[in-house]
Parts: sequence; structure tokens; C-alpha cells
Amino acid sequence: MKTHLFIFYLCLVSASCFPGCSSRSPADQNILQAGNGAEVQDLDPHVVSGVTEHRVLSSLFEGLTDADAATLEPMPAAADRWEVSDDGLHYTFHIRPEARWSNGDPVTARDFAYAWRRILSPTLGSEYAYMLYCLKNARAYNEGKLRDFDQVGAFAADVETLQVELENPTPYFLSMQNHFAWFPVHQPTIEQFGRMDERGTAWTRPGNLVCNGPFILDDWLPNEKLSVRKNPLYWDADAVRLSGIDFHPIENLQTEDRAFRSGLLHLTATIPLHRVAVYRRDRPEILHIHPYFGCYFYRMNVTRPPFDNPLVRQAFALSINREEIVTNVLRGGEQPATAFVPPGDSKYPAMNVLHFDVERARALLAEAGYPDGRGLPPVNILYNTSEAHRTVAETVQRMWKENLNADVRLLNQDWKTYLSSMNTLDYEMARSAWIGDVADAVNFLECFQTDVGNNRTGWSSPEYDALLGQAYAEADVTKRSLLLQQAEALLLEGGPIIPVYFYSWKFLMAPEVKGFTPNILGYYRWKDLYLDPGEE
Amino acid sequence: MVVFLLKRFGEFVPTLFVIITITFFLVRLAPGGPFDSEKRVSPEVLAQLEAHYHMDRPLLRQYWDYLSGLVRLDFGPSFRKPSRTVREWLLLRLPISIELGIYALAFSLVFGLGAGILSSLRQNSLLDHGATSLAMLGICIPAFVLGPLLVLVFGLWNDWLPILGWTTPAHKILPSITLGAAYAAYIARMTRGGMLETLSQDFIRTARAKGLRESRVVLRHGLRSGIQPVVAFLGPAAAGLLTGSFVVETIFLVPGLGREFVESAFNRDYTMISGAVLVYAVLVMVLNLVSDVILAWLDPRIRAR
Repeated sequence: MKTHLFIFYLCLVSASCFPGCSSRSPADQNILQAGNGAEVQDLDPHVVSGVTEHRVLSSLFEGLTDADAATLEPMPAAADRWEVSDDGLHYTFHIRPEARWSNGDPVTARDFAYAWRRILSPTLGSEYAYMLYCLKNARAYNEGKLRDFDQVGAFAADVETLQVELENPTPYFLSMQNHFAWFPVHQPTIEQFGRMDERGTAWTRPGNLVCNGPFILDDWLPNEKLSVRKNPLYWDADAVRLSGIDFHPIENLQTEDRAFRSGLLHLTATIPLHRVAVYRRDRPEILHIHPYFGCYFYRMNVTRPPFDNPLVRQAFALSINREEIVTNVLRGGEQPATAFVPPGDSKYPAMNVLHFDVERARALLAEAGYPDGRGLPPVNILYNTSEAHRTVAETVQRMWKENLNADVRLLNQDWKTYLSSMNTLDYEMARSAWIGDVADAVNFLECFQTDVGNNRTGWSSPEYDALLGQAYAEADVTKRSLLLQQAEALLLEGGPIIPVYFYSWKFLMAPEVKGFTPNILGYYRWKDLYLDPGEE
Repeated sequence: MVVFLLKRFGEFVPTLFVIITITFFLVRLAPGGPFDSEKRVSPEVLAQLEAHYHMDRPLLRQYWDYLSGLVRLDFGPSFRKPSRTVREWLLLRLPISIELGIYALAFSLVFGLGAGILSSLRQNSLLDHGATSLAMLGICIPAFVLGPLLVLVFGLWNDWLPILGWTTPAHKILPSITLGAAYAAYIARMTRGGMLETLSQDFIRTARAKGLRESRVVLRHGLRSGIQPVVAFLGPAAAGLLTGSFVVETIFLVPGLGREFVESAFNRDYTMISGAVLVYAVLVMVLNLVSDVILAWLDPRIRAR
């Protein structure tokens, strides 16, 4: 038996001499190793719906325009130029003649019209089809009320010219074109593997997928690795300096952190909260913390007491110390949310409305009929099971007890149960978040229009709806911004939400990664990145 | 033996049917559905998605469709990962979990049997106390503590072993040890107990009196009877190793079925949950059967029953 044990030890020791993955081999030196959170659902830009998919798809596909990595201003991509009518309703895009699909076919205006028709097809059931609702009649077509796609505002006049008509002037229309919902797809490839409106066909598999971006799909080992390699047929291939990117789906934060420390990753998707302080102290050069266009807030159910009373809602909103939460509890570069729309929309000056004002909060609560919190029914804060959410909830629980003498309790549910409770208004107060898809205030504010799916509070204000309606129709950017500010003020004064903090974009990046520019949407322009091994 | 096997296989079908039925209805009773997300889909899109996956049909009809699919080994499409069908996902994931389970079982047998036998031969010696304490420690330390500890020592402090993934043989060492450690400890304790009992019996004394070498007495005569509790434990242990690998798969980024199963439950991916439950059920039943057969082979008294 001793001999057996000895053999086992021998195996153990010899195995440690196998080429491991803990250090990168020279052949891979020009391939970026990126942590990417969860496994991608699919690579079909018209079927997927998450941030992880966006990261991968923005390396494989390219829309009409791309965004400047710093300012997010639109810049030429598949279209090399465009014209906009004075009323902001008509766009004419000229597709770059040298743009090619990865199989050599030219990228045409028809590819875009086809892609938009596909994502809007009712039978495809795309979760992101609403992104295209700014196109004329797109909503009616997607909801099945209109059958003729010719009436939708996208028309390929010829191979290189795409004419677009919008429902309303949409100032962010151009900068939205680098979102995957707008990406073109290659018609012959889609239809080789199934119908136009069929989900889950084999067209997205390695070897089948035809794309038009800076990289092409090389291999996809689910839950292991998704590899993309430089696309030699990409029109701007000379500017692409990486040989490829390997996306690693690592959902567990601690596991991803260990992967980075062991040298497997150049870049992480995020970072465990408790590690921020350690990296800030020991390795500040790899720790990245940037402002992010997202807001963490509490929803209140206005159909149930006590939050059916706007005075109570306002009292709760004024009696939390946001500064204390971000500096003592979160400590990860988050900013106190004194409004709902985070700073970052260049056309919209961020508001500064909500402050910590206990005196006023107590007065409002007394006015509502609960002096010193007497008679106030107990309130449950609903959150999806997570250490971080619990910590924030415990902090505000204490603040409301101290400041309003309110009996606040915590209630956690698993993710889907929590969503179901919010959707059916089966809660009093619920943790919530909104991350902007585009850098425009309206993306946040339209959540709280009457009867919109994302409202989830029962709140309805005809005045608010009217202000947003006017803003949609307004072509003048300054006037539009004023209308949106009035709407946000309404939302914050006795509205159904309590903003707590603005998110930060936190991740680790090895020093040899160069060419990175942060922006508020957390968008990576992969073709700008490169590796400088001298820095390793 | 043939009658015994046929009888056991006959029990499989109704058991599986009950499991499939309960799973099918239970997952649909849980609040929330596969298409609920932070950014809520419109009622129109939701209706289209439900129609696409035939969720708009009456529940009993869906149940019937699902059962008829299963007869053709068609587990349906995955709701949250549409790029592959559930059958494809299971075929991708299951072999990896089985491989991990086999390595972990091998590890736990080699270490557990070895430590147990050595302890029983040197009862109450330093070696015995050391091995028993180590076994106790192995039972007490959960995988989510042991895994990161091994990673720290073998991967981060020293660059001895790769700590993430499932590609080369070296990648498979730490996950297998982490998963097998607790079972190795159980097996060590069981072997020690079983061997101590056996070695004090008359037939061992007889074997020694015949002048047999000690190694032959222990390995040939003692072990056969001494490891019976271990063999009885192997069925549930193997099932536990195969189905309980979620934590280890998460720590070491092993793309196995455990992760897929837990994620699908959180995502309410109905077809994926049902498919994984079905596969696990079959595995557990088959492994228990194998364990019973081995026991019968080792002990004629069981065969007679």
C-alpha cells in the first residue's frame, strides 16, 4: 500500500510539471485575456439581451456608426458618412464601399434593412426590439399591428444608401448605432440555417458565423472560453493591433479575482467589493474605477400604505445619508445619488435635488399623520439575495429607524421571485437599479411613464407623461433638456423612487494593456486596445 | 441475479416517471419565469416568446408534449441559452462532471483505504491519531474553504498547478482533491472501523496461525470483509460526487453539469432543469444498483436474500 501511495505522490509531482494555464505562453502574447462575467446566451445580436453578450458582439459586428471611446460621440464605422434633415427625422447613410463581411461579401444597405426587419419581426420575440422603436412604425410592426415592412422607416435605396425615417427627433439615434440591437446580419448565413425569424439556429456556431466587425469567431467552448481572432477582411484591419481576444465566462467574483492574480486574465469584468481597498493600497496601477451611467435606488409601491402618501415617500427619501453609504459602506468609488439620472449625458445637466435633511423629513412625516413615526405601519425592504444588497439595506434600515423612528424590516428573495414580486406589485419597498443603454437622460426617465413595463410601482402622473411626450417631439436640444429636467424634478419630489447611489465601473486591468479609454457606458472599443509586453 | 436486476430495472421506470412529473410541475409553480429580467419585456414580446416555446398551450398539453419528446430523447430547447438544445448542453456538460466524479472517487478511495488500513494496523499509535484527526478535518472543512486554500497554496503562492479550467491533466488535480477530500475522510474512518472489527475475528487468527505473511492476511482476508461498509457507502458516495460538484465547479471553473443545473434553476430555464434532474436521477439509481451488485458479490448472505 505504501508503494501505491508513493506512486500517487509521484503522479502529483509530475503533473505539476505539465504546461499549466497559470502563465501565458509567448504565442498567446498578443491575445487579450478578458473575464466576461456570465456565459453568453447566444451570439445572435437579435436574440440576446445582456452586457456580457454586448462585450463579445461589439468585437464581432459593427453598426452604422461607432462611438468615440471617451465622449461616446458617433464616428464613422460601417457607414462612412451620413446626412440628417433639419427636422431631425430623416437620415441618409452611405455604406462604406470597402466594408466586407468575413466571408468576403460586401456589406450593403440591404443588410441593415434586413437585420432591422428581422429584429422587429413579431415571431422572433426579440427582447431588445424596443431599441428600434424610434424608427417610424417600428413599434406597430413589432407588435404585429402592421404587416408591411415597407411602411417602417428603413429603406435601402441602393446597395450603398440607407434611408431612415424616425418617429420623433431622437438626439441619440446616431450614438445608439453601436448597440447590438442595430447590428447588421448576413442574410444568406441566417437563411442557410433556418428561417429569418427562427431563434437558436446553428448560424452562430464557430465556422458558421459570418460577421463584419474587427474580429471573427474562432472557437466557442461554452462555460470555458470564447475566442475571437483578428478579421483580415475588416475595412480598418490595419488599425486593429490585437491578434485576438479570449473571453472567459467567470461568474463568481472571487474566482475571477483569483484568475487575474494567477496571471490568467489581463482584464476582469468586475471586482469583489472587499478587494477594492486591498488593490487601492497595494496595486493602484491595476485598479480601475470610473463613473458609470447607472443608478441604484429603492422603488416604493404607491398602491399600498404607507407609500401611497407622497409625503411619506419624500420623508423617506430625505432621511438617508447617501454620503455615509458611499464612503463608509460601499467604498468602491460610487457617488451619492442626489437625482435619478447620473451625470454623463452631455446634453443634460445633472440635477442636484435630494439632500440629507432630517428636520424636513420629520416635518413631512408628521404632516402625513405619523408624528415621530407613530402609527407608521412596518415596511419591508425587498431585495434579491446578495451580500452587497443586504449591507446597503441594513444601513438604510438603521437610518430610517434613527431618523424617522420607522420599523423597517428586510426581506430577501431569489432573483426571479424578486422580479415576480416587483412585477405583481407584491412589495412595499424594493431594491432596484437602472443601467443606461444609451447616454441619454430619457433612457432613465421613460421607465416611470404610466403603465410602462419597467415602472413597477403603480405610480402615474399625467403631468410627467405629458412632459416626456413634449420632450420626444422637441427637436431643440436645450428645450428638450429643460422639459426632461422638469419631469425629473416631478419624479424626485414625492415620486415612487429613492435614488441611493450612482454606480462606478470597477475592474482590474494589467499594466501591459494599452489604448483603453473609459466612458460612462462601460463600452470597450476593442480595436483600440493592444498589449505592450514590455510593461509586464 | 438476473431476476434481481430485472426487478430493479422494472422499478426504474415508475420512479423516473414520478420524478419527471414532480419536476415538471414544481418548476412551473415557482414564482417568476424564464423571460423575467431587470429590463422588463413588453407583453407583446412575452406573448411571442411564450408562443415560440409553446408555453401558451394548456399545461397538461405541455406536459404531454414534454413526455412524448422524452421518449425520442428530445429534452426540448433551452429557454435561456437558445444557441443549443438541452440535449446538446447535457451531452457537453455531463461527461465533464462524470470525469471529475471518477477522479474524486479514485482519490478518495486511494487515500481513504490507505489511511484507514494503516490506522487499523497501528491502532492508537501516533500514525493512527494523525490519520484519524486528518480524516475528521477532511469531513469538517467544506469544499468552499478547502478549494480556495489549495488555490492559494498551489496556484498563487507557488506556481505549481493551474487553478482554473479543465484542459490538461494538471488542471484536474486540485478540483478532484477538493471534491474527494470529504469522501476520503469518510472512507478512512469506515475502513478503520471495518478493519478493526475484522482483524479481531477468529478466521484472521486462523490465517495468521497458518503462518501467512501479514500483508496477505490483511489485504487478502481482512480487506474483503473489512471494506464492506465502504462498498455499501460507494453508491451514495458516487452519486454525491457526481451531483454535488457545483461548488467545486464554480471555484475551479470546471464546465460541468453542476454549474449548469444550479444556474438553470436560478434562471427558471424549465427544460434545462428538468433535463438535468432526469440525468441525475438516472445516475443515482444506476450507481446505487451497481453498489448493491458489488455488495452481493462480496457477501453471499446478501445474494441469498
